[in-house]
Amino acid sequence: MPHLSPFLTFLLLSILKILVVFVLTLTAVAYTVLLERKVLGRMQNRWGPSRVGPFGLLQPLADGIKLFLKEDLLPIAAERPLFIAAPMIALVCALVSISVVPFGAPYRIAGVDMFDISDINIGLLVILGITSIGVYGIALSGWSSNNKFALLGSLRATSQMISYELALGLSLVGVVLRAGSLRLRDIVGSQSAHGLLSWNVFGGFQTIAFVIYLLAAYAETNRAPFDLPEAESELVAGYHTEYSSMKFAMFFMAEYANMITVSCVATLLFFGGATSAFGHTFDGFLNNAFFNAVLPIVWFVAKILFFLLLFIWVRATVPRFRYDQLMGFGWKFLLPVAMANILVTALAYSLTSKV
Amino acid sequence: MQLALFLIFGVLAVAGAINLLLQRHPINSALSLVVVMMSLAVLYFSLGAEFLAAAQVIVYSGAIMVLFVFVIMLLNAGEEERTTGSKAAYIAGFPGAAAIFCLLSFVFLSERGNLGFAHLGGHLNAAVSNISEISTVLFRDLLLPFEVTSILILVAILGAVVLARKEQ
Repeated sequence: MPHLSPFLTFLLLSILKILVVFVLTLTAVAYTVLLERKVLGRMQNRWGPSRVGPFGLLQPLADGIKLFLKEDLLPIAAERPLFIAAPMIALVCALVSISVVPFGAPYRIAGVDMFDISDINIGLLVILGITSIGVYGIALSGWSSNNKFALLGSLRATSQMISYELALGLSLVGVVLRAGSLRLRDIVGSQSAHGLLSWNVFGGFQTIAFVIYLLAAYAETNRAPFDLPEAESELVAGYHTEYSSMKFAMFFMAEYANMITVSCVATLLFFGGATSAFGHTFDGFLNNAFFNAVLPIVWFVAKILFFLLLFIWVRATVPRFRYDQLMGFGWKFLLPVAMANILVTALAYSLTSKV
Repeated sequence: MQLALFLIFGVLAVAGAINLLLQRHPINSALSLVVVMMSLAVLYFSLGAEFLAAAQVIVYSGAIMVLFVFVIMLLNAGEEERTTGSKAAYIAGFPGAAAIFCLLSFVFLSERGNLGFAHLGGHLNAAVSNISEISTVLFRDLLLPFEVTSILILVAILGAVVLARKEQ
């Protein structure tokens, strides 16, 4: 593109990247729902959706049409502006954090990196910050519905999310210490030397941090076994009791988009991001421009798929916590262990004077 | 580009602050404050203080304001009632605010040379990482004040725990 100014090239390519990632993320969200229903079905010895399209593959489309065409109810006692804004906040926050995730190896066209939307020095903090803003969507939805169940659900969700955010943030510090940077590309780069052996979860000795992160992430996304905010046996449906049609769909999509984001972060920080599990062993094999660009993405998608399946597996297996157990677990177990992990990691690095 | 960002988010911050005062429902006021905090974070970011921007979002918008909203939700605070305002506000408040504004602008304008200047977006292009600069200042040059501050915060936390504890 020689006739375009660098700024215009950057702008156009960025818009293109944003559109592609947006569409792909929404599709992935829709199909994660289908995957969850299918896998849960198989685990409970039934079929799951199987009627719409081959193997039920068009089910997300049917669900989408159904949700679009449903009546959009607005409770008479609801706080109108906040009631409408809450699902938007939740969905926007869930989708925006994808923008700092690097999906593949650095690959430049006209000086613009094609496999991430933005590569900034504080990528990790941006994800944490956006997650903490996402709490508002849930808090406001429960309050503005003017419904006791919704309020209780949103109080549960909010307190759970701010409690587990601490353990989640602290579990990542060990990884940051190892990489010496908050930039996600640097963090991935610090794990790329010997494939599987230099991933943070194995060779980086951040296994404990990974377990803490995974537990905190399940609580952060309000998934089983920490899905108390939507515990249907106690709270009807929690904070989205009063929502219908597309507003409900927005909360639903936000939950699954958050699952994908959390899986992305786990992949980037503990499983070497888009790098191969075999390191440079097979570098000579399939070595041309096309495969060098595509194979990292395949690795990345495979790792995310693994985490999504883990989410679903856990949901099918583990029963729900009691609320005081949940809080006690977060504050009295995860937080101290995360802190101890930071101390030990820092001590180890200062003794070997790696920094 | 940076100037446009500055103008948009500067106006947004001021508008949020005014809205905070004008809204009658506490939750709307709290949310306006969130808007102010977020706009400030964008301004920090456009000045090149990226770490500060992230800390602003995580600490102020993400933690402190969530607690504010939480408390308002739990107490179910109703709408405020409008009063005509106290005499003290008219006699001392407005002239006082105007005087402080004049004083501050006088100091900033006359001491402009000594304050140095930040260059919109300039720092973002530099190779120096913001985080390592901050940590050098915080953990080496100003280590003692930093530790003293953390003890102060610890004392405040303990005080809060003692005050909130149920008497056995």
